[in-house]
Formats: sequence, C-alpha cells, structure tokens
Amino acid sequence: MNRRARLSHYLFFMLPAVALLAFFVIYPSVRTIYLSFFDESGRPTLNNYVEVLSSRDTFNPSGFEKGFPLGTLLHNLIWIGIHLPVSVLLGLLLAILLRNMPSSSFVKSVIFLGMVMPMIVGGVMIRFMFDKNVGVVNLFLQPFGIDSRTWTAYPDSALFSLIFGSIWLWTGFSMVLYSAGLETIPKEYYEAAQIDGAGRLRQFVAITVPLLKPITTVVVTMTLLWELKVFDIVYVATMGGPGGASNVLALQMYTYAFREFNFNRSAVVAVIITVSTLVASVPMIKSSLAQE
Amino acid sequence: MMKRKTVLKLIRIVAMWLVALVWILPFIGVFMTAIRPMDEILDGWWNFKEFNPTLENFAKAWAHPTASLAQGTRNSLVVAIPATVIPLLVATMAGYGFSRYDFPSKKLTFILVILTLALPQQMIAVPVFQILNAFGLVDRYLGLILIHSAWGIPWITFFMRNFFSTIPRNIEEAARIDGASDFLVFFRIVFPLALPGIASAAALQFTWVWSDFFLALITIYSPNKLLATQRIPLMRGVYHVDWGLLAAGAIMVMVVPLLVYVVLQKQYVKGMVGWSLK
Repeated sequence: MNRRARLSHYLFFMLPAVALLAFFVIYPSVRTIYLSFFDESGRPTLNNYVEVLSSRDTFNPSGFEKGFPLGTLLHNLIWIGIHLPVSVLLGLLLAILLRNMPSSSFVKSVIFLGMVMPMIVGGVMIRFMFDKNVGVVNLFLQPFGIDSRTWTAYPDSALFSLIFGSIWLWTGFSMVLYSAGLETIPKEYYEAAQIDGAGRLRQFVAITVPLLKPITTVVVTMTLLWELKVFDIVYVATMGGPGGASNVLALQMYTYAFREFNFNRSAVVAVIITVSTLVASVPMIKSSLAQE
Repeated sequence: MMKRKTVLKLIRIVAMWLVALVWILPFIGVFMTAIRPMDEILDGWWNFKEFNPTLENFAKAWAHPTASLAQGTRNSLVVAIPATVIPLLVATMAGYGFSRYDFPSKKLTFILVILTLALPQQMIAVPVFQILNAFGLVDRYLGLILIHSAWGIPWITFFMRNFFSTIPRNIEEAARIDGASDFLVFFRIVFPLALPGIASAAALQFTWVWSDFFLALITIYSPNKLLATQRIPLMRGVYHVDWGLLAAGAIMVMVVPLLVYVVLQKQYVKGMVGWSLK
C-alpha cells in the first residue's frame, strides 16, 4: 500500500475521535485561556489575574490571626501538605502489613471501596462520619474527653475533617498499587541481602523503596491531581463553608462561573488549577518518555 | 526464634483486623442508619437497645417527592449507556488505527491520557456550556453524552491500542488477500476479537459516567431531568439532615459502581495499576 492510501485509511479510523476531542476538550481549553486574558467587553487585560490573586477568596492573610478561611489556594496547599504524605505512606505501610496474610484480599477490598464509590457519595460519608449525633468519629473522641460536635460545621475544623475524610477514601489507591508493586520484587533480592547480613530496615531502604520508585511516581502524581481538582466531596459535605472555611479552587471556579456568571474570573481560577496539575504530571510524563 | 515469629505474626493479624475495622465502620454505620427508623439512630447507630430493621428509607428515597431516585436512576442510565457506547466505538476505531499504521503511537497516546487525566473539568466548563447553549443543547442529555464521550476517548484509545497490539495481524492479512476492505476487516474480524477488551473498558467508562457529578451539574438543570448523583445533595434537607433517607440514597447510588467492581475486580484493578507496571 502506498503512503497516501495508508494515510486515508488512518484518517478514517482516527477522525471521529479527533473531532470529538477537538470540539469538546481542546477548543474549550484554549478558549478558557483566552477568556482569562480578556475583560467583559472583550479588551485584552491582565486585570482578571490581579483581581483573582488579590481576592480574599484566593488568599486571605487576615486568616492567620482570625482563623479560617485562609483562601482557596492555601486550603488546597494544606490539603496536599497533610493528605499526600499520609495517604502515600499509609498505603505503603498497609501494603506491607497485608502482604501474604490470610484473608488480606477481603481487607484490601474494604479499604479500596472508597475508590469505587462515586465521590458525591464519598462526601456524604465524610459528612456522616463527622456528624454530632450519628458520626462515628465522636464515638472515638469521647473517651479522650473531647466534646461531640459536627466537625464539618465549624470553621476551625471543617477543612481538616474533609482532609482526614479524604484520607479514608483514597488510601486504597496507593495501597493497591504498592501491593501490586511488592509482588514484582523478586524474593532472591531479599535472600541475597540476608546472606550479606542486611537487617530488615536496611533491606527496606536498599531494595524495597528504590524498586517501588516508578509506582511512587504514579501514586504521588495521581494523588496530587485529586487534591488539586477536589470538588464533589467539598460540594456535598460543606459547600466550601462555613463562611468559605473549607472552600477549594475547583469550587471557587464553579461559584464564579455558575453562581456569579463572571466567566473571565472563573477562567483565571481554571487556568491556575490547570497549570498546577500540568506541573504535577511532569514526572509521570518524563518517566513514560524514558520507558521503552 | 520460632516463638518470636509466631508473636510477630499474631501482632500483624491483630493490626490487620484493627485497620479493617476502622475502614469498614463508616460503611456499617451508613448501612445501619439506612435500615433503621430515625428515632433509633438519634443517639448513634451503634445503640441497639431497640432494633427494628425496615426498608422504609429506601422506599422513601426511591420515590422522594423532589429528588426521586427512581427517576434519577432512569435518567442516569439514559446518559450512561450512550456515553459508554459512543466513545467505545469511536476510540476502538482510533486505537485500531494507531496500532495498525506505522506510527510511534504508544507514547503519544499515553501522554494524551496523562494530559486528560491532569486536565480539570473546570478548564472546559464555561466554553462547553457556551457551545451547548449555541446549539440549544443545555439541559438536554445529548450535550452531556457528547462531553462524556470526548472525555473518555483518550484512555479508551490507549487501552484498545495496547489490546490490539496483542492480536496477531495474520488473520486480517488473510482476509485482505481475499479482497475484504479495511472497513470490513475491522467490523467483521477485529471488533469481535476485541470484545473482551471492549467489555472491561465499557465497564470502567460506564461507572465513571455514572459517578460523574460536575459535568451533570453544569449541563442539566430541570428538576425532573437531574441525574442520580445530582439528587444526593438535594436529599440533605435544609434545616435538618434526615440521615436515614440520605444513607439509603447514598447506598442506592453506590450500588451500581460497586457491582461493576465486584464482577470485574481483576480488570478494574489492572486498569488502574496496568500502566504503572507496564
């Protein structure tokens, strides 16, 4: 077959996919970037960025003295700061704990359930866990003399409730990936290390951690993406409240666009989220390019 | 030495079941709340002084006056089924194109997948809304179905491309020598061979469309058209939370992806783990 004939066949199979993507993903993304650089009367401007970045919704310095809200940007960063290390390490720990244990596949399935259910249900579950009357969290805190309350309803605890709830929801992902990763490490490595007199900790640091590195890249990237894009669970559990105390970037964008109908400002927030998610996915793109 | 090993093993077993308990408690809680009347759970669902299980909450959620889940489930199916069939057909073709024509496509499709994974739906929300508005498709399922189809294409293409690379080309070439066109070869020979791969991709795409909330939120507005996930926040109530009702609703919306997971557990996890382990 000559080259031109080949190309036409190729186009026949690809065209529908390319058209749908161009129409509903690529063009809209470009259009959002465009919107972020224009004002409502269509003149080019950087004011949208200035307005959004100096807005108290995004960053609220007085929050450091008066408490939450601190602004969506900081809320997302706090989310990452707590959720990322805890869920990645906990997932690894659980994968090691559950390895080769009787009925561990049942326990793994239970932990993974949070990944299976719709996030909107996940948000209801979080709200439920932290409720004053029906929540199981208070049941555990009572023995320590901590008064029962609906933790998602107070500015000082709303964001942290969501973050810890999301750890419960999403740890299954890193656990399952690390479990699969552990299976790929040959036992001989550990046997050889044992003969050389290496202790368990040394084996873990010298064999397990480096060999799990490709998986860590995936786990960290995916977790970062969720933390930056988190929307459903916040929407249903707190609606970003009370008083913006648990607001996040994705919800801020939605509020600007579909409640206040300010499409230029909402475009700026969307661009901020996208730039950060693209930066977050660089390591994964790099490692996939290196793979042959 | 032997003794120390058994003690360690025992500690591991206890730790494992403690972890399992922590993780499963909220699920038991939601289940208990859903099957018990309101007055029994006011002091916490873990009080069993009285225990009269009932399906009343499920019936109430199913036939809710303002957020009926019966209607929501029907609507979600009307969206999820075509939003699974369309991208599967389109992306299977693209995946075949990528796998059969000389082209360094593996990396390209994979990077495309990562990019769409990274892209927040907020980035397309406003322009997509404007496009649908221009075509009179706001508050119509067709618009939502098309967005979901586009959104699913990259990963299904990647998935199917890799599947096709494992199917030998001999059969197709034999058919071609007999005079069959590319089109015929694809639909008569390749497509049936690819059915196992298509089935698992379909299951995953279906659960993702079913679980979606944001895209539905920005495209569907009429109360009687809302999808199942959109009705959950509406069940919360304004002044007090009817936990029994909300728990029953949450369970019903969760059941569909849960079933898919139980039936396709291996493929499900493989789909998530696959690319990281190659």
